[in-house]
Amino acid sequence: MPFKKRILIYAFGNPGRQDDGLGNRLVEELEPWLREKGLDNVELESNYQLNIEDAANIADKDIVVFVDASVEDIDDFHLGLVEPSEGRSEFTMHAASPAYILALCIRLYQKHPETYLLQVRGYEWEFLEELSRKATQNLASALAFIKERIVSGDFQEFLSED
Amino acid sequence: MGRKVTIEPVTRVEGHGKVTIHLDDQGHVTQTRLHIVEFRGFERFVQGRPYWEMPVLVQRLCGICPVSHHLAAAKALDVIVGAGTGDGLTPTGEKMRRLMHYGQMFQSHSLHFFHLAAPDMVFGIDGDPAVRNVIGLALTNKELAVQGVMMRKFGQEIIRTTAGKKIHGTGAIPGGINKHLSEGERDEFLKGTDPLNIDKMIEWSKAAVDWFKDYHKANMDFIDHYAVFPSNHLSLVRKDGAMDLYHGVLRAVDAEGNKILHDVDYQDYLDYIDEEVRSWSYMKFPYLKEYGKKDGWYTVGPLARLNTADFIPTPLAQQEFEIYKAYTNGKPNNMSMHMHWARLIEILHSAEMIKELLNDPDIVSGELVTKGQKVNEGVGLIEAPRGTLFHHYEINGKDQISMANLIVSTTNNNQPMNCAVEQVARHWMSGQTEITEPMMNAVEVSIRAYDPCLSCATHAFGQMPLEVSLYNANNELIDHKRK
Repeated sequence: MPFKKRILIYAFGNPGRQDDGLGNRLVEELEPWLREKGLDNVELESNYQLNIEDAANIADKDIVVFVDASVEDIDDFHLGLVEPSEGRSEFTMHAASPAYILALCIRLYQKHPETYLLQVRGYEWEFLEELSRKATQNLASALAFIKERIVSGDFQEFLSED
Repeated sequence: MGRKVTIEPVTRVEGHGKVTIHLDDQGHVTQTRLHIVEFRGFERFVQGRPYWEMPVLVQRLCGICPVSHHLAAAKALDVIVGAGTGDGLTPTGEKMRRLMHYGQMFQSHSLHFFHLAAPDMVFGIDGDPAVRNVIGLALTNKELAVQGVMMRKFGQEIIRTTAGKKIHGTGAIPGGINKHLSEGERDEFLKGTDPLNIDKMIEWSKAAVDWFKDYHKANMDFIDHYAVFPSNHLSLVRKDGAMDLYHGVLRAVDAEGNKILHDVDYQDYLDYIDEEVRSWSYMKFPYLKEYGKKDGWYTVGPLARLNTADFIPTPLAQQEFEIYKAYTNGKPNNMSMHMHWARLIEILHSAEMIKELLNDPDIVSGELVTKGQKVNEGVGLIEAPRGTLFHHYEINGKDQISMANLIVSTTNNNQPMNCAVEQVARHWMSGQTEITEPMMNAVEVSIRAYDPCLSCATHAFGQMPLEVSLYNANNELIDHKRK
């Protein structure tokens, strides 16, 4: 039986703040698909933000894909490789960045997964559950992309161009 | 020429704030202000929504302490659905909520200590900012850093299990709770593989208090003299004066320990508390009406809670409480850095409470919800990690929210944070002509002691850089730095 990579898809954002919940929605929509496909090597996680305990949560995975909404001027979505960063994370240190979590994981556990950040472009951030129309379209594109990557187990080859 | 120094926003504080420090021609600090850019639209936003949505809806406010908002809203709605004012729930309803709350307290305080406070202590205020964080801590004291990570994880699992999920938990509902803990879940928390079990959490909590006491002995000048100022203190206490983080009566003491708010029912909070608006900050300044705007402001949070409570109803935390109180001869403690000591004692208390609740059979069986006669108004208070949190709702004949008033913990601490900034700025900034990173961090350390959360609630990637701006007396920008 071939070795199955242990994959974690980890969304963070506040689904009560419209497009900020793009990652959370992506994970919600992945769940029934994973069940249907019987992909039991893939775990899903969703939270408001990343924090220090996530260093322990990613330590035993082969591949981790963090999924977040983005205000940056990117296409529908952007897949980037996360490099560990030990400097100050974000100034809002009640939360931490993927790079910081990865660095902490390396320091504490001397191992780390291949780590990616999938950013999905968002536009509106009000106190609403519904995604904006354009964000909904971006979600669909990102979802199709990540499903393909999960099936292939290959993310490295499909990094977005910066 | 006078100068105005702006530190914007405050690092390691949620949301967006800025500090302005005014210097005179000789470089002396003449005025300091902590400006808060707080989102104030939420109370209006919820108007017209069905009241039963509130415990879930209010979690949109903040991804940092959603459990506190969830429970405070549920407590207010308990009153509206006729389930009493916090003590009318079924034993299961109340104990499951307490378990959720103490899990929240445990993980939130653990984060603050290990992630935010300890690095400042280990490396010093003027330590290299590149290592002054939990990763730096991992390099020098890996055991302490691992403990912080695993304590957070344990608390988060308590929340996930009691609230149903990490995001937009639904555990607390008007009149009670919607689930029991299963025996399997309970046993996992009680006897889980090391380190994720409650006995290890208690052991580590006690060790963290001991760590602070050792640090304090070696650094008394810093801990005892940093941002010290007289304050009133306010919190909930149990009716017998015990510390109670979930429910109680409102008590306030002054800087000398005299009771100035005498264990009143918080349903009547508007009789005792008002909020002042100042033109330079979006965040209001609450105060005790009887003592007025100038003298009636108060501190909330760990320092205040240990100042108002007569005792702590768990044995290990009570032992530490006695040592803590003896240090000030039983008088209120007005030293901002002792907030960390108080917070660690609360971590220990929370861990002990979690164990007590896990061993209580009511959490795995029993009635979940209390029903009663509906009324149109309710107030819910809770001691959130950062301090007393007020939720107040009125509903109309269509069961819709017609009025909402929230006073969040950080708002309650508005004036004390301003006082702390002023104290520190006078010490660090007076006579200086250049603002260095250690000076900036010194100001931030004083604010961080209060663990403020500024309710920004959204964190989309790429937002919120740290910017430092320097203005002259004419408000002209003469220097600008960005982190």
